[in-house]
Amino acid sequence: MAFVEVKSPPPPANALSGAMADVTALARGLGVTLGYMFQKPVTIQYPEERPRISARHRGRHELERHDNGLEKCVGCELCALACPSKAIFVEGAENPPDAPVSIGERYAKTYIVNMIRCIFCGFCVEACPTEALQLKKVFELADYTRESMIYSKETLLAPAPKREATDSWMPG
Amino acid sequence: MDGLFGLDVATWDIILAVITALIKAFVIVNGLLLAFAYMTLTERKVLGRMQARFGPNRVGPFGLLQPIADGIKLAFKEDVTPRQANFWVHMLAPMMALIPALIIFAVIPLGPEMRILGQPWTWYVAKINVGYLYATAIASVGVYGLVLAGWASNSKYALLGGLRASAQVISYELAQGLAAMTALVLAGSLNLYEIVNQQVSSGLPYALYLPFGLIAFVIYVIAGVAETNRSPFDMAEAEGELGAGFHTEYSGFKWSMFFMAEYVNMINISALATVLFLGGWWPIPTDAPGLIQGLGPIVFLIKIGAFMFMFIWLRATFPRLRFDRLMALGWKVLLPIALVNLLLTSAVVALWPLGVWPFAQ
Repeated sequence: MAFVEVKSPPPPANALSGAMADVTALARGLGVTLGYMFQKPVTIQYPEERPRISARHRGRHELERHDNGLEKCVGCELCALACPSKAIFVEGAENPPDAPVSIGERYAKTYIVNMIRCIFCGFCVEACPTEALQLKKVFELADYTRESMIYSKETLLAPAPKREATDSWMPG
Repeated sequence: MDGLFGLDVATWDIILAVITALIKAFVIVNGLLLAFAYMTLTERKVLGRMQARFGPNRVGPFGLLQPIADGIKLAFKEDVTPRQANFWVHMLAPMMALIPALIIFAVIPLGPEMRILGQPWTWYVAKINVGYLYATAIASVGVYGLVLAGWASNSKYALLGGLRASAQVISYELAQGLAAMTALVLAGSLNLYEIVNQQVSSGLPYALYLPFGLIAFVIYVIAGVAETNRSPFDMAEAEGELGAGFHTEYSGFKWSMFFMAEYVNMINISALATVLFLGGWWPIPTDAPGLIQGLGPIVFLIKIGAFMFMFIWLRATFPRLRFDRLMALGWKVLLPIALVNLLLTSAVVALWPLGVWPFAQ
């Protein structure tokens, strides 16, 4: 850390110039507040006005699919292992060859994220070898019951084939 | 001469004068309370904008119904009296603060004496020859409200707030009084209407009687901010130190009465500063033709509005003073300057004829 030397202002030559300096400082302070009054407020008026969410925002989980509709998740449980708050539970199973769910040998039979426990650190996303798990821009996750905060696989799974990603927060 | 109902014309004149005064008082009191309500909204909006946010804008268009919502909320709030408090004093203190604040405005001349439809009309309730004395005397009574509130609450925070309020108001009354004296000496009168009239007829408000008038004006305004216990002199309710100061133990409508008193006092100080230093309805001549005379009160209200904006502006800008600094400013800076200023002004007034100011040109 660089050490920054703070220079104190030179002592006033006499009491009068000191008082003048004080009054000037007060006037400058008044100028600052007046200047702010004519600026646009920084407030985002939330329900009507939507916040701008950055591309890397860590919001709601989503399980992605391949373009052909098969799930990217291969049920390896690495996300559950990486999770520091133990919010993820994955139960893998053999991928039935006649009706494949994923492209791998296994798939996630059960995939549960407990959104009360989740701290949105994104370790699960980093751990995922197939880029199946993503954290999206959706941030309005409040709900009324604890039960509804436990997201099942059906909730987390991206909608079936070839649709625009649902990460847009825009209505419609 | 017989008037109506067997009463003579002179009696009817008195009755009419009383009725007129009552109506004016009614209008002024309600006008002040309405001004208070919308002053709170203005303050919150302006403060918000100065802090780069919006302020209230949810209730009604631009938040214009916010004061009504606040009023309803306060009226229906539970009114708590602490068990150890002195019940009667606790109840009377807010009234002691509010009523003086409301009745000061009786002597404020809002506009020139004029004739409406041939009838004489005045923009004040009372024109008394000791108008300024009346205003300061009543304002001093208002301090009792704060002190008694602090005492009656039986709370340490409230007591400290009340003590601070009394010490501060008494200290700054001196500087304020001496600054006002400068204007009174210049006018040679205590009658607020006469003071305004002198400034209007000489064409120069006392604040522009350089340098003494301006110095007195600045001191009056600083002391006025301290008198009303407003930031940066809000020691009496320093919320970071004393909870809420003298009104810590107040809630509901009693609390809102203190709030009203504070804001109405701000209006009073603004009105008095306008009368004493800004020439009231100056530059509207007192003897102008009727319609132009009617602009007088509007000019007056604009000046009051400018002062009110200044109060908010100061609050948005300056941090609260430390109490000893506050006292030092009042006693060691403002009071000596005001005293010397008054002496010099008196000397000039004694040497030059009234209404002629040697440094004005």
